[in-house]
Amino acid sequence: MQQFLAVLIDAVNYASWLFIVASGLTLIYGVMRILNMAHGSLYALGAYTAASFVGFWSTHGYFPAGVFLMLIAAAVTVGVIMGPLIERGLLRLLYGKDEIVLLLATYALFLILEDVIKLGWGVDAYYVSQPYGLLGNVTLAGLSYPLYSFVVVGVAVAIGVGLSWVLNGTQRGKLLKAVIHDREVSQTLGINVSRYYMVTFTVGAILAAIGGAFTAPQISVSLGIGVEVIVLAFAVVVIGGLGSLPGAALGALIVGLARSLAVHYWPAVELFCVYFVMALVLVFRPQGLFAAPELRKI
Amino acid sequence: MKLRQLYRACCALAIALLSAAPAGAQDAAPIKIGIVVFLSGQAAAPFGVPAKNAAELMADSLNKGGVLGKPYDKKGFGGRPIELVFVDEAGGTTKQVQEYRNLVQRQEVDMIIGYIGSGDCLAVGPVAEELKRLTVFFDCGTPRIFEDASYKYVFRTGPHGVMDNVALALYTLKRNPNVKTIIGINQNYAWGQDSWNDFIESMKALKPDVKILDPQWPKLGAGQYNAEISALLAADADVVHTSLWGGDLESFILQAAPRDLFKKSLVVLSAGEHVVDRLETQVPQGTPFGARGPHNYYAPDSELNRWLRKSYQERYKLTPIQASYKMAQAFLGVKSAYEKAMDKNGGKHPDQDQIIAAFEHHAWEGPSGKVEMKLGKGHQAVQGTAIGTVKHEGGKAVAADIERYAAEKVNPPEGVKSLDWIKAGFK
Amino acid sequence: MSKRLDPALAVFLALLAALIAFAAWLPAWAQSLLSIALATGMVVLGLTLLMRTGLVSFGQSLYLCLGAYAAGILNSKYGVTDMIIAVGAGALVAGVVAFLLGFLMATYRHIFFATLSLAFSMILYGLLVKSADLGSTDGFNLTAPTIMGIKLEGALSQRYKLILGAVLAAIATIGLWRYLRTPLGRLAPAIRDNELRVEYMGASVRHAVHVKYTIAGLLGGIGGALAALAVGHIDPDSMAYWTVSGELVFIAVLSGSASVIAPFLAAAVFETLRMLAHDYSPNTWQLSLGAAMLLLILFLPGGLASVLVRRSREPAP
Repeated sequence: MQQFLAVLIDAVNYASWLFIVASGLTLIYGVMRILNMAHGSLYALGAYTAASFVGFWSTHGYFPAGVFLMLIAAAVTVGVIMGPLIERGLLRLLYGKDEIVLLLATYALFLILEDVIKLGWGVDAYYVSQPYGLLGNVTLAGLSYPLYSFVVVGVAVAIGVGLSWVLNGTQRGKLLKAVIHDREVSQTLGINVSRYYMVTFTVGAILAAIGGAFTAPQISVSLGIGVEVIVLAFAVVVIGGLGSLPGAALGALIVGLARSLAVHYWPAVELFCVYFVMALVLVFRPQGLFAAPELRKI
Repeated sequence: MKLRQLYRACCALAIALLSAAPAGAQDAAPIKIGIVVFLSGQAAAPFGVPAKNAAELMADSLNKGGVLGKPYDKKGFGGRPIELVFVDEAGGTTKQVQEYRNLVQRQEVDMIIGYIGSGDCLAVGPVAEELKRLTVFFDCGTPRIFEDASYKYVFRTGPHGVMDNVALALYTLKRNPNVKTIIGINQNYAWGQDSWNDFIESMKALKPDVKILDPQWPKLGAGQYNAEISALLAADADVVHTSLWGGDLESFILQAAPRDLFKKSLVVLSAGEHVVDRLETQVPQGTPFGARGPHNYYAPDSELNRWLRKSYQERYKLTPIQASYKMAQAFLGVKSAYEKAMDKNGGKHPDQDQIIAAFEHHAWEGPSGKVEMKLGKGHQAVQGTAIGTVKHEGGKAVAADIERYAAEKVNPPEGVKSLDWIKAGFK
Repeated sequence: MSKRLDPALAVFLALLAALIAFAAWLPAWAQSLLSIALATGMVVLGLTLLMRTGLVSFGQSLYLCLGAYAAGILNSKYGVTDMIIAVGAGALVAGVVAFLLGFLMATYRHIFFATLSLAFSMILYGLLVKSADLGSTDGFNLTAPTIMGIKLEGALSQRYKLILGAVLAAIATIGLWRYLRTPLGRLAPAIRDNELRVEYMGASVRHAVHVKYTIAGLLGGIGGALAALAVGHIDPDSMAYWTVSGELVFIAVLSGSASVIAPFLAAAVFETLRMLAHDYSPNTWQLSLGAAMLLLILFLPGGLASVLVRRSREPAP
């Protein structure tokens, strides 16, 4: 029983992190039909920028709780700079092309950004564990957990609730749904579609960077941290249904639970349990758990 | 059959052209060395770049001549200056084999020093034989290189990885003779699997009643270990073995230390030295760690070691870590073999075969002490090693309770496969 | 639509013939680069066949890897060193697996096809990482291959690998060119444009896709076996990991699907680009390669095939 409780706690912790990185990916895909491979680089940029910001804050000895503000500030900075830059500077030129061409453009971008990070921050790792240590531990199910993990859960919930509210409860959200449904008709109705695209991509970039920023205190921020993220987030989004926010949440929970079960009961299969779940879901529900099947055009 | 005749004529012409190429080295012409280490990806910071830095430092210092004391006071290699060409090791074996060919055939390097990944070493070895170019592996760990094959043109100046875990098992038992249960957390790839195997087989040979629990296998570059740490805490084993390295080990320590894993179990790090060097006191006191040889904390207090530490620190504002030591060791090994061959050749510059003859069964002093090419028909180095425990001292981490192990004690004899040697009780 | 060979294909075949005849004159690094390019081109040829029907596989490394491991296991574990048998084994194993998976895959479209293929390739990756007998991620080396009983060493072996690759490339391009002129082959663009209409005409889309998927798997297996022979070493990271599939898709887009010879040219261009990026910017080769990729996507959106097809009069497949 106690072990099962530990499994659940680990599952929720991991699922929260997965949801944060997957939400941006699914949002961008849902609106723009772009599978953004550079998502992992934006995640890494978020982590590096957070490391710099938190480092700055701590060396100047400002009040310690401010480091959490620094994490958010870092993510917003990355998103607001990189989002419009990538969307206006590159992706805009490729709209109307095949999905696969856009995907490859973001793959090329991923390669470029990997080296840009190396040029910007050097090869040596950064450590910013201040926010992690600040909150201390709590004992649950007989095991000690850092409270920080639950902050990440809170961030994930806030993102989920916030995004659903914007999409379903505001006028802009409803207009965005119109854009998703039919881009051309929306444009003729006077909706500024390209602005919606830019804002969506920027929000997606901020979400990726938040994922990186809130992970930075737990890890050594070093080269290559974005590579794993892409394919994991991708699996989550596919399981849940591409473009679906509740799908991403459910997908994150399923993957989190599968991984946690594997780690606790059968560690040898941890490596491919995610892909196994993904294949299983796709075999029985090709469009993922939440997305509606596409209509076939005659 | 005209085509065949034409073809034969072409072949003959090609052979004639090739054999007409000037043979033998000209005096004082620089020696071009290809250096292949990770310059990108997650192995760049812990291994690739420290090795690249050491290669640059060694080349510049040797080229000045007289910077290092005897017997390394001659300029370059036997008076010939050294020129370096760098290649990134990232990208997998297919790419590395192609890059190796490029280095030898397009860049025309005289020799190659490099390779951190075991897969890269395995793949490049046969190509080196095919292209007949002296190739020195300085770091990669798998014992399979010279246990599964034998080479003429390939040398490895760093001991293989078996020694790390044999020594770690000996050290663990000395620290805690009553160890009953062991668990591990190792990356799910060849290096992690081999390290865990070597460690538990050594433990079983040394203390047959020890119980091995189901270990954790996070993937390479996972970064997040919260679930694994929960499972390790729940297992409550006496010893936790890990061969994690670089960013993964750092992340693991940053996540595990606050959750008191290091207090609950004795966590032993088979290759943790480069992380202790960077994380300092964030690594809990009392943690045993290895350095893949007697490097850095375990290096002897010799003139050579003091020189390396001082000049590396001055140039890069960092301490040299295991990969830097191993690169320096490789450079000095090749240099001394080259000069030994030169002496034999009556003071004239040796050709490649003469260098190889001198390199086989060679022995030399590096910044980490003595290195001997004793295994793999004189192509594989052995070296003693040391394990110590993290001690916090004035805001820094140092190694305390250092145990030294002689090369013969932690390396199999010539002709015996490592795993067989361990299973037979180190005989 | 005459039965005459399309001029671009004829030129390509002539080029391959020249390559075979003058292989000995090529510097060894170029022989090796071309061998790898031909192997990769073979896999990409399969990908472009699928792309003609509008399907993009993000897990074609599955077949590359199966082919390579089939050839490698035969060679180093069972001592069957013949190159032709190695390639045959690679084709057989990959072809059978593709045929079986094809029953499932043929019902998938768009991104779902891409993701399911990705999942399968990653499951294979996971299995290989766990197999200690095959060297896990370190992989294993092949012993020197033979051809029809002749032992090949050093430079000679290198040359025969190139010649074998060239011969197979010639067979594959001619075969596929002919296939694309059969009624079943001609269905591909129609399926991409509108599946329902194809079914109304009485053709089975599912069957057509299944056949194409099997051919693509078969070509992937041949390419994998060729790659294993050319490199002499196989491991899951450079054969099965998702980044390998990503690279293959990039080469396929660089090639375009309108020509059967473009995949080989695209593979050669890609290998050369990568070599130059490594040569001239060892520290930032990813940046250089990524920038080159972006430029190609922006300025050559139809791939190399669009150039080849525009030059030749007939609408070549």
